[in-house]
Amino acid sequence: MARVRTGVRAIGAVLAAVLGASLVGCSSTGGKRAEDARKAASAQGKAAVNTPRWKFAMITHSGDGDTFWDIVQSGAKQAAVKDNIDFLYSHSDQGQQQAQFVQAAIDQKVDGIVVTLAKPDAMKDVVAKAAKAGIPVITVNSGSEKSKEYGALTHIGQDETIAGEAVGEELNKRGRKKALCVLHEQGNVGHEQRCAGTKKAFKGELQNLYVTGTNMPDVQSSIEAKLQADKSIDAVVTLGAPFADTAVKAKGSAGSSAEVDTFDLNAKVAAELKDGTLGFAVDQQPYLQGYEAVDLLWLYKYNGDVLGGGLPVLTGPQIITKDAAAKLEDYTKRGTR
Amino acid sequence: MTATAPAPAPAQDERLIQRSVLRKLLGRPELGSVVGAIAVFVFFSIVADSFLRASSLSTVLYAASTIGIMAVPVALLMIGGEFDLSAGVLVTTSALVSSMFSYQMTANIWVGVGVSLLTTLALGAFNGFMLTRTKLPSFIITLGTFLMLTGLNLGFTKLISGTVSTKSIADMEGFASAKKVFASQLTLGSVNLKVTILWWFGLIALATWILLRTRFGNWIFAVGGEADAARAVGVPVYKTKIGLYMGVAFAAWISGQHLLFSFDVVQSGEGVGNELIYIIAAVIGGCLITGGYGSAIGSAVGAFIFGMTSKGIVYAEWNPDWFKFFLGAMLLLATLLNAWVRKRAEATA
Repeated sequence: MARVRTGVRAIGAVLAAVLGASLVGCSSTGGKRAEDARKAASAQGKAAVNTPRWKFAMITHSGDGDTFWDIVQSGAKQAAVKDNIDFLYSHSDQGQQQAQFVQAAIDQKVDGIVVTLAKPDAMKDVVAKAAKAGIPVITVNSGSEKSKEYGALTHIGQDETIAGEAVGEELNKRGRKKALCVLHEQGNVGHEQRCAGTKKAFKGELQNLYVTGTNMPDVQSSIEAKLQADKSIDAVVTLGAPFADTAVKAKGSAGSSAEVDTFDLNAKVAAELKDGTLGFAVDQQPYLQGYEAVDLLWLYKYNGDVLGGGLPVLTGPQIITKDAAAKLEDYTKRGTR
Repeated sequence: MTATAPAPAPAQDERLIQRSVLRKLLGRPELGSVVGAIAVFVFFSIVADSFLRASSLSTVLYAASTIGIMAVPVALLMIGGEFDLSAGVLVTTSALVSSMFSYQMTANIWVGVGVSLLTTLALGAFNGFMLTRTKLPSFIITLGTFLMLTGLNLGFTKLISGTVSTKSIADMEGFASAKKVFASQLTLGSVNLKVTILWWFGLIALATWILLRTRFGNWIFAVGGEADAARAVGVPVYKTKIGLYMGVAFAAWISGQHLLFSFDVVQSGEGVGNELIYIIAAVIGGCLITGGYGSAIGSAVGAFIFGMTSKGIVYAEWNPDWFKFFLGAMLLLATLLNAWVRKRAEATA
């Protein structure tokens, strides 16, 4: 017992030392202080309208801790503040779970629902139920081909195949011959469509590589291995922003001179586009998907407006190269691009 | 067992019989996995042209080391008769803590690294403490920790950073030196060896020494083999188990720091699923799922088999649609060969 107590005392001493050190051991560069200094007072905003406080629910197929969906959500929240909306968000990467969340929103008698159709069949019944209950539904991101059929008002998103084709054409323009498409989630329909679209438009040869997206060292060593195995690969396309930087590291270790390009944006991608480490990024503007979905629901409730005329409203693909990246860097840092 | 009175051993006591070197070798728990590893190595050397290059082998070693660093303490824990399902996300937690503490406090990176070590060890101790106090199976306790940590990782990161990943700390003081320790590369000729390989070898040596040369090592085998009997002869079962969980936490801290300093930014959703890979590596390496048997070197061989297989499939340029199938089939074959060799060894020993 005495030994245990000495142990506790020792841990206490270490803790005190560390806390003490943290007071003196400050970093004069970077960190929160730099951010605070950098941050211009960004307006949080107040409601711009005096319509009743409607309740909208957004239910996505996002997994836990996904950067992309975080941006969608911040767009939706911004629009909710402006439109005086009580905004609810839930998500699950399991189709069945997602459907249950939609059902829960119907039970709560919300005034509007935003939903993704990544697994259309799982969502078919609940979306029909919502329509039957008189709740307007807008689909975002994935499922443009099913949206109308299931009774949604409109669809806001990017056609993944078109986005992939844009990448393929950009690769042609850059004179690439052999490209690698890095998929970080095996079995994700959208990912397959992106690579298939790229393959369709790309005049060179495109190969797929599956990596485990939740394990960064695995992503790095797999890309590294592929680049070592095939020296003729001159372009690597990643499907998510966090994987672009990892691909750059893998390229360095493998001694390859391939150009790294990516889907989606984040602060690091913007910085690396700016300094030329990355070739280009193709953005589907997730912020816009969240923002427009909530805003269009509000417009529908307030004014009976519908956008798109029965066709999906596209938020991408927007190809971002060196020139545009500088401007976008600040937006990515605050998590809206 | 060291506490028992010296038995009046008869001269022909089987424990004292001198065995030949070969017999001793055949009795080692990692023997089967070594044979499996050689088989996998030879296989990929034949089917994949680029597998045998020095640069490729360093990539394989890196992949193996990131699994292996965690597989070592996980193997020890399994020898001690317990599981840890929270090991995968604990790595992410450890990385998130150092990154966010340093960033939010604008503190020198090393302060964050120190706070992370304390936090991670405390979480390991929590696992061990809950296990020994509640006497619930480790499966339940660590599943609970796994879920809680997954939620905390996301919740805290979102609360503090406003996004689901941490902010870059690459421009802060202490980053360069910490990167040297946890994520640097050693260049030998044209080959880049990652520093994680050194950490890995260091941990294997340390764990092997603990297991085979210290009293604590005896305790680990004893609590894994038969906890009640061990307690009866004076082995501190609880302390041993808490120590083992803290060992897992310590390795999670090393892996977490590697994750942070090699990628600057940590995604809060990472690490889920890796706990199984660590356990697989330990099992391929000869650890029994029921406890009481296994070795640290075995876990390293298991991690190496896993690294070779997952990267070898890429080098062989097989159709990537079947990647997971190939991976599973290769692992199953390696493990079956392992079991077969061990059975033969036991039959002749």
